[in-house]
Amino acid sequence: MHVSEPTNPTYGVMAEFHSAQAIVDAVRRTMGEGFTKVEAYTPVPIEELNDIIHKKRTILPTLSLLGGLAGLATGFALQYWASVIEYPMNVGGRPYASWPAFVIPSYELTILFSALATAGGMIALNGLPQPYHPVFNTPRFSLASTDKFFLVIEADDPKYDGHGTSRFLQDIGAKGVYDVPA
Amino acid sequence: MANNVHGSTSVLDVPVIGPEHNFETVTETVAQIPLSSRTPLGWVFGFLIGLALLGALTMSIGWLLLNGIGIWGNNIPVAWAFDIINFVWWIGIGHAGTLISAILLLFKQQWRMSISRFAEAMTIFAVACAALFPLFHTGRPWLAAYWLLPYPNTMGLWPQFRSPLIWDVFAVTTYATVSIVFWYVGLIPDMATMRDRAVSRVKQVTFGILCLGWRGSARHWHRYEVASLILAGLSTPLVLSVHTVVSFDFAVSVMPGWHATIFPPYFVAGAIYSGFAMVLTLAIPIRAAYNLESLITMKHIDNMGKIMLATGLMVGYGYTMEAFFAWYSGSFYERAMMYERMLGPYGWSYWLLIGINVGLVQALWFRRVRANLPLLFVISLLVNVGMWLERFVIIVTTLSRDFLPSSWGMYYPTRWDFMTYFGTIGLFLTLFFLFIRFVPMIAMFEVRTLLPQAKVDHGQAHGAAHGPTGDGPQSAPPAH
Repeated sequence: MHVSEPTNPTYGVMAEFHSAQAIVDAVRRTMGEGFTKVEAYTPVPIEELNDIIHKKRTILPTLSLLGGLAGLATGFALQYWASVIEYPMNVGGRPYASWPAFVIPSYELTILFSALATAGGMIALNGLPQPYHPVFNTPRFSLASTDKFFLVIEADDPKYDGHGTSRFLQDIGAKGVYDVPA
Repeated sequence: MANNVHGSTSVLDVPVIGPEHNFETVTETVAQIPLSSRTPLGWVFGFLIGLALLGALTMSIGWLLLNGIGIWGNNIPVAWAFDIINFVWWIGIGHAGTLISAILLLFKQQWRMSISRFAEAMTIFAVACAALFPLFHTGRPWLAAYWLLPYPNTMGLWPQFRSPLIWDVFAVTTYATVSIVFWYVGLIPDMATMRDRAVSRVKQVTFGILCLGWRGSARHWHRYEVASLILAGLSTPLVLSVHTVVSFDFAVSVMPGWHATIFPPYFVAGAIYSGFAMVLTLAIPIRAAYNLESLITMKHIDNMGKIMLATGLMVGYGYTMEAFFAWYSGSFYERAMMYERMLGPYGWSYWLLIGINVGLVQALWFRRVRANLPLLFVISLLVNVGMWLERFVIIVTTLSRDFLPSSWGMYYPTRWDFMTYFGTIGLFLTLFFLFIRFVPMIAMFEVRTLLPQAKVDHGQAHGAAHGPTGDGPQSAPPAH
């Protein structure tokens, strides 16, 4: 059994595929084999990959909802406070708490806060900005944003076994297998 | 959009992406435009026109700040004139970008993908131009801060939240912010592509920062797709609310010709109509100049022509209803307003607008017209003229004929009015030319999803994803 050298640490092993179908099939077989520390990198979104590898859906919709509710509360509270408490002004005998007029700014702030929570949440949950990641050490990986699909098995995976894992990836149809230096 | 299954073949019967494309060719076609070190001569020419007009804007705003808004033709009774006309015109143009990027996303329209990026850029720049007018029509924009924005100031003043004008501030600032956020989120994966394809170190680092270190992992993409869908879901009611609120600036008042319940839908339809006209005005020359005919195909042009026709018909319905309401209301002032609008001193502008927005637009019923690019380009320019006239008619004819004949008055724009208006066109052109030179103007990752390489057999997979729903990719043979 190959033991990785402590002087040359490895992040994992990377396999290259040339179509969405090929990487989905490969990921399915990799997960079937019992690997757990797996990630796929693709130039297009492929919904199946997340379902197969991570199985969990994101909590992002909840963040959007909370953002929207916070915006609604902020918008309404701001207007109520300004128009009723801080600066009450009688215009044509209308009630100070004229809530129908407050609907529109509240509505706009609901959307604003929700959109900011959604975009900010997506970026934060993805751990971005993250300028460095070991996968960038592999020269071929620059094609992951154009037309190649990559599957990475991390060295931390309990089933990881240097050359054995590389051979496994070749067997499942990889067009190329590369070591990923840490 | 359904395929045209007519016996006759037309240049419009094409897929949404050229059959010769694969991931690499799509990426190269789009990415080489900003990455290339060669600047096309046509770009320089257009950019200089934009800069010249931008200079006119700077001058006219400088003169405005020195002298106040007395340099404009606004008067009493016509206190709202070019500033509000241009504001509504620009904001309306922005609406098509959001419709394409958000509403068509929710409807899974694949033809949206290759035009969404630059349509959204158009939205942002149009909103920037629009925002200048309310800001500078105050004459002292440094004071506008406490008139417009609720913040604790030393005078203890707060905005009047029962006024549609303050609603407008909230609607437009939210619209601008959300549009920029949505646009930037859409750019992240493409910025990663640019980082990976850039040769010069400066570009690699710049795009590397802009893409935030995007890697395109399955986890990333999953959150990304959820975020896009939610942002589209939020932008849809937002865009409908923006022009609704703009119309409230008029409809909530009691002026004859403004106080009408049809204003919100009529304004929203008009906004989308003028916005699609502007997208066509931009798309027709750009696709020719940058050889993008295989990505922005005749199918896109055809669909945009159809949307223009549909929204143009809604606008025509709005004009009809305005006239009908004026008569049916039985109100003397409403009827007098409509009479003056049609036959008064500004009657020429009303009939010109009807000629374009009700008459000329009917040409779009014909496939031969939608397939004729020069003709379509001219129509799209005229539609923007027509929509500008619509706002002119609504604002000036109502205000120039007040309730009492003793307070009637004419409005004549000054050279500064025209300079400011054409100046904002310069600002728009300048920003747009910078955009097409430095930013990938087509969403590469989205267009890739249309190709056979991106297809996954759903037979054994759970959950639907990016299955083909429209025309296009099925008719495209595999690229490899």
